[in-house]
Amino acid sequence: MSGPARRIWGLLYRHLALYRRSWPRLLELAYWPVLQMLIWGFTARFLAARLAAAPGGGPHEAGLAAAALLGGVLLWEVALRGQMGVAIAFMEELWSRNLAHIFVSPLRPVELVAGLLAMSFVRVLAGVGPAILVAFVLYHFNLFMLGPVIVLFFANLMVMGWAVALGVVSLILRHGAGAEALAWSVLFGLTPFAAVFYPVSVLPAPMRAVAFLVPASHVFEGMRAALLGGRVLWGQLGWASGLNLLWIGAAVALFAWQFRGARRRGALLGAGE
Amino acid sequence: MDAVTVEHLSKRYGATLAVDDIGFRIARGATVGLLGGNGAGKTTTIAMLLGLLIPSAGQIRVLGVDMARDRFTALARMNFSSPYVALPSRLTVAEILRVYGHLYGVPRLEQRIRTLAEELDLTALLRQPSGQLSAGQKTRVALAKALINRPEVLLLDEPTASLDPDTGDWVRTWLERYRDESGCAMLLASHNMAEVERLCDDVLMMKQGRVVDRGSPAALLARYGRDDMEDVFLDIARDRRAMGARP
Repeated sequence: MSGPARRIWGLLYRHLALYRRSWPRLLELAYWPVLQMLIWGFTARFLAARLAAAPGGGPHEAGLAAAALLGGVLLWEVALRGQMGVAIAFMEELWSRNLAHIFVSPLRPVELVAGLLAMSFVRVLAGVGPAILVAFVLYHFNLFMLGPVIVLFFANLMVMGWAVALGVVSLILRHGAGAEALAWSVLFGLTPFAAVFYPVSVLPAPMRAVAFLVPASHVFEGMRAALLGGRVLWGQLGWASGLNLLWIGAAVALFAWQFRGARRRGALLGAGE
Repeated sequence: MDAVTVEHLSKRYGATLAVDDIGFRIARGATVGLLGGNGAGKTTTIAMLLGLLIPSAGQIRVLGVDMARDRFTALARMNFSSPYVALPSRLTVAEILRVYGHLYGVPRLEQRIRTLAEELDLTALLRQPSGQLSAGQKTRVALAKALINRPEVLLLDEPTASLDPDTGDWVRTWLERYRDESGCAMLLASHNMAEVERLCDDVLMMKQGRVVDRGSPAALLARYGRDDMEDVFLDIARDRRAMGARP
């Protein structure tokens, strides 16, 4: 293994070892995604039954509406878990007051970020996987019916979550542990603009302008087109990918700036307080 | 070539000058002590040597490497131990050493962990979470972490703080042995004057960010006309001047 790969593995191993001996942490990984799926799954089933029985409705339309709802829930969890995965992995170092040892090792900041992203990827798989299984077993909803394009939906949402998470980590470097609460809340604030459960067109004009800048809104427009019409909207995916490149670039630059600022202020010495 | 060279090093936080134009060298195989009261600038100096803190002015070279330009090359050959920086408490001793072994790119890591565990009497503790260990055991784990990469420069911030005299003596003996066998250069910040007298070839006395006196323990004792370093420390802390400096 090369030097950088080995250092990134070292960081990843540290978190895997932690999860291996902490069942509450393991439970937390899948708890929310599965709970969300249970609640929204029954909601979707109820709404589909009403829609199927309504005048002008039918089982096909009802099934598509339920699928769009469940698809939205599952894919939004990818962004949420991706964001929390990075932020929580960083905060584990804060909580254990271990950051100074990490920062005086030969681990470069870019390798630290790579290790956090790798851990986030593991957390997304461990968290969303069971929810996908629950959706399939209980509600007969197969997310993979969207086809290979699902990989691009996953990737874009995860990268968006990472960009937000690096912003949160930067704020923690700047403001200390007081900024921790943002790790759980900040992405929820973007939900209205992400068009998870409705098309962007229903938003008022000023909100549409904001939604246009949120990569997730393009992903969910693409998801609905794939589910309802069997079409892949490559234009929407292109926008999502382009915006993600922009946001992740900005987030990495912000992290680098705040990391250097923390080294200048001495904030890494007392990190965790 | 010296292992560590520090020239005109300063650190300013706003209006406060935490470290004020200090300079020193540490030869290979030598131990330099950093003494001073709370707030004297010891921790700030160590943090700058480790790259945790960017100096306001001055230059630090470790093993010939300019820390401002290429600190990661030097960091791979250095290490650090402090009872005030914790290790992950839920990880076992073996897992902690494995994590840091990977971060420092240690070859034949499992063999190195076994050797260190034998030398530091940790073999029976390898499978125990570090959070369940006693203070003395944690200190030995911290020492094992600090030695995992066979450092050529070791920075020690109060390595025997809160240890009983027996364990403290054991740690000091072990550090002496490692230094003598490996030629490692050490910088030791400590409030334990007996430890400083025993381990250090040279002592820097810091006060309000400045190095106000320096010399070997024997030279400092002679200069202040004292029998132990604690009295020398108090003389400096209370602005009593060295005998040679009196009019």
